[in-house]
Amino acid sequence: MPAKYAIHTSTVPHRFKPLTRSGVIAWEEGCLKCAVCVKKQCVYGVYDRRGIDPVQMIDSIDNQCMSCLRCVQSCPKELIHKSLNPDYESIGDAWWTPNIIASLWAQAQTGKIPVSGAGYPGPFSGPGFDAMWTDMSEIVRPTRDGIHGREYISTAIDLGKTPGHLTFNAHGGLEGDLPEVADIPLPIILRMPSFGAVSPRTIAGWAMAARKLGTFFSLPHDRIDDGLSDVYPWLMPAVQKSDGLKGPMPTGVRLVEIPWGDGWKQAADRLSGLGRPPLIVAKTAMTCDAGETVLSMVHSGVSIIHLEGTQDGRFQDDGQAWLKDGIRSVHLRLVEENLRDGVTLLASGGISMAEQVTKSLICGADGVVVDFPILIALECRMCRRCTQGLSCPVAIDGAPADWIASRVLNLMGAWHNQLLEMMGAMGIRDARRLRGEAGRAMFFDELERDTFSAMGGVEEGCDIE
Amino acid sequence: MNRTDTYQLPLVVPTPSRFRNPIGKYRLHRTKDCIGCGKCVAICPYGVHLIKRGRVIIGRHDRCIGPECSDPCYEACPVNALSVRKNPDFDVLGDFRWTPDLLVSTWHMAEFGQVPPKGLEYRIGGSGGGFDKLRISFPRTTAQTPESDDPDIGVVLNRRNDTAHRIRIEVPFYGGGMSYGSVSIHTMLSRIKAATALGTFCCTGEGGYPDELKPYDDHVITQVATGLFGVREETIQRVRIVEFKYAQGAKPGLGGHLLGDKVTPGVARMREAVPGYPLFSPFPFHSVYSVEDHKKHVDWIKAVNPKALVSVKVSTPTDVDMVAVGSYYAGAHIIHLDGSYGGTGAAPDIAKKNIAMPLEYAVPKVHRFLQAEGVRDRITVIASGGIRTPHDMAKIIALGADGICTGTADLVALECIRCHNCESGRGCARGIATTDPELLNLVEVEWGTQRIINMFLAWRRELTRILRKLGMQSLTELVGRSDCLVHLDYLKQRA
Repeated sequence: MPAKYAIHTSTVPHRFKPLTRSGVIAWEEGCLKCAVCVKKQCVYGVYDRRGIDPVQMIDSIDNQCMSCLRCVQSCPKELIHKSLNPDYESIGDAWWTPNIIASLWAQAQTGKIPVSGAGYPGPFSGPGFDAMWTDMSEIVRPTRDGIHGREYISTAIDLGKTPGHLTFNAHGGLEGDLPEVADIPLPIILRMPSFGAVSPRTIAGWAMAARKLGTFFSLPHDRIDDGLSDVYPWLMPAVQKSDGLKGPMPTGVRLVEIPWGDGWKQAADRLSGLGRPPLIVAKTAMTCDAGETVLSMVHSGVSIIHLEGTQDGRFQDDGQAWLKDGIRSVHLRLVEENLRDGVTLLASGGISMAEQVTKSLICGADGVVVDFPILIALECRMCRRCTQGLSCPVAIDGAPADWIASRVLNLMGAWHNQLLEMMGAMGIRDARRLRGEAGRAMFFDELERDTFSAMGGVEEGCDIE
Repeated sequence: MNRTDTYQLPLVVPTPSRFRNPIGKYRLHRTKDCIGCGKCVAICPYGVHLIKRGRVIIGRHDRCIGPECSDPCYEACPVNALSVRKNPDFDVLGDFRWTPDLLVSTWHMAEFGQVPPKGLEYRIGGSGGGFDKLRISFPRTTAQTPESDDPDIGVVLNRRNDTAHRIRIEVPFYGGGMSYGSVSIHTMLSRIKAATALGTFCCTGEGGYPDELKPYDDHVITQVATGLFGVREETIQRVRIVEFKYAQGAKPGLGGHLLGDKVTPGVARMREAVPGYPLFSPFPFHSVYSVEDHKKHVDWIKAVNPKALVSVKVSTPTDVDMVAVGSYYAGAHIIHLDGSYGGTGAAPDIAKKNIAMPLEYAVPKVHRFLQAEGVRDRITVIASGGIRTPHDMAKIIALGADGICTGTADLVALECIRCHNCESGRGCARGIATTDPELLNLVEVEWGTQRIINMFLAWRRELTRILRKLGMQSLTELVGRSDCLVHLDYLKQRA
């Protein structure tokens, strides 16, 4: 059994005050100056420590208020109210919703799994990964306790071609050399997001996080400089064009990504010629014909494939098709052709919550590539001002590297624990066993059809309520 | 089993909010131009305005029904001193499943024992699926059951006809398990006293059986869960129904963890543990890995209390139908399905959202499977996990349940606003889900009992209205009648 993998987290404060869903409106005018003011009875004591942040002009009560509404409901002059905060509602977009962003902020701060009271507050289901639920064991299939440390659940995966079987010689030793693989202790590779107020310090922070996590940080090949020499083995340089491999490859690099296309072979051959050749990841777009593309890639000897969807979790050529379904169909295509075990499948595109890592694996990916969450961990609001050359409202480019590394470590620590929760409930103790285990999931489309499709016919003029 | 002759429905006693300013959907504004003519007081049927010391004031903003009013005060006012607008506080309440409309209408039911008149959607929430996309359809040709004929909505819990208690509940619901510690003793007592008055039961949850509940033993279900906290022969012998909790809908497949800080001397005594040390409820029962093991559990209860009914509470994995049949063969009287959108005192968000299937899929699956096995009429199916309204209750029964369990709805009757902070700091700031001695006094037992009774009387009345409109004499006629339901995504009219 490998040494137990644990991500050590600790609270890393925000540099700015986070935006909150609702704010407090408290008037002074008309106050009766009651002997015992409702503000003094606040269970959370938020009025006792009230202050205005001088830079952001945010009132501390907005951040500390837990929305119990007792003051609202008790003030004799009804001088206190709460209302939704339009600044909060306007962060992000339809995919990177305010709630997802706020949850990522909190995880990066605390390193803890989001826990709350009362039942699930969200919509019944949704597009993409929200249209599936994972299974759990009951009575007859043992669960695993990964969280309280009583059982070991491995989240490690291998990158590269693993042999279908082993051959031994007459002396009981292994026959021949095993192919090179890279193993990472969690099925996540970090990647520099396609936008963001990124400075060399930001890149250094992300690279440090990858080293601490034992995984890789993918960034454009031309963004690598000498300042990163300490972390070369944890970088995954991404060559932007298949024929664009120019200049030297940093020494010690173990993984390089090249886009699939003309010139891929030449670039791969060049890398294979290096003293210690890195493993090569071939990237291709998640499209409607990705299945066929992937087959031809495997036939050409590619052993690690990165399927890239859009920033909002869809196919690159079809805005109505979801990454979840793309991963499933590519995986099943490989299974049909009896090629699945010869290739590592990585998926990316809009992965925004820990549950999507588990679900990607169930759909058939070996691992995922995560980009924007590592930016949001740094308090990014997805406002995209940086894409217009404007300043970042939370000055990410000025953040120190070790703060960045710790925030990302916290986020991944929280994600790792959530992965353990879901795997534990399913009774799965190895992430490699989770790949393609669609039997441990339930799909909205199937359940909905089986349950409700017969419930449609009504008499004309009948009353419905 | 027919209805019990001695059963008397409790009465509605109007029980207003315990807060000075109840929250409603609308707020009225009265300018200084008001001449105090009293016209608004006279025309408003909801008692929004009142005269106090010669001045006209707004007494109950929360009762205003806004633009749906047929004779609005703000139009009738001779000096245009009145205006109405949406209450900003209203939008801060609730979430997709418990919308502000549902919360405020439940408060209305808890105050008046009736569904709200107008202006609030009290039947469905805003989750956009499941219950919220199902509708009850009433055929045009059906003759309604006459007003004089009150449909029988009681549920027989022992269908095995064995030597255990013959128990019938007078209403098709009972209180789901909420442990001592996760809710206050006042909340527990309010629920159990309401259940007693309504002729039904309430479950203790896993956290012991407080002595305060003793007078209501005949209406208590005690829970045996994986931590076995507070379980003794004596507690099992005291009750008529024992519930095995295999899993909970909100956190299926996961154990519970009570932080050391929460293990106060009182909690420790109840759970027979050491104060200040964290407690784990493991998952699953480590003594049960097969239906045979499960039978051993059921037999154990039957040996300790031969007359007790055994309920088996499970969550909703893909093989929930197999689990249900297994429970029947192991000797259970009740199979209790807790859907994945059910309530909790605290659970990881990832578990609440993603693990196991919603109740709306699980119930018909289990109902059909038990029918195919030929044992459907030998076991009682109870559904819980996200049932918020009388309409949800009617829908899940039409999908195949015999009755339901509630939890969150009871707390909403006690003015829970779904802030989701049950576990933070000193516990629920509104005094419902806390053991903090100061906070728990915010809820008085008499008040809480009557609020819960009122809400369920409104549910009962609404369910009876639905059954009459369907032309049914008894709730048993509705069980499994999914042809009475229509799903909006598949809706098509035929001549």
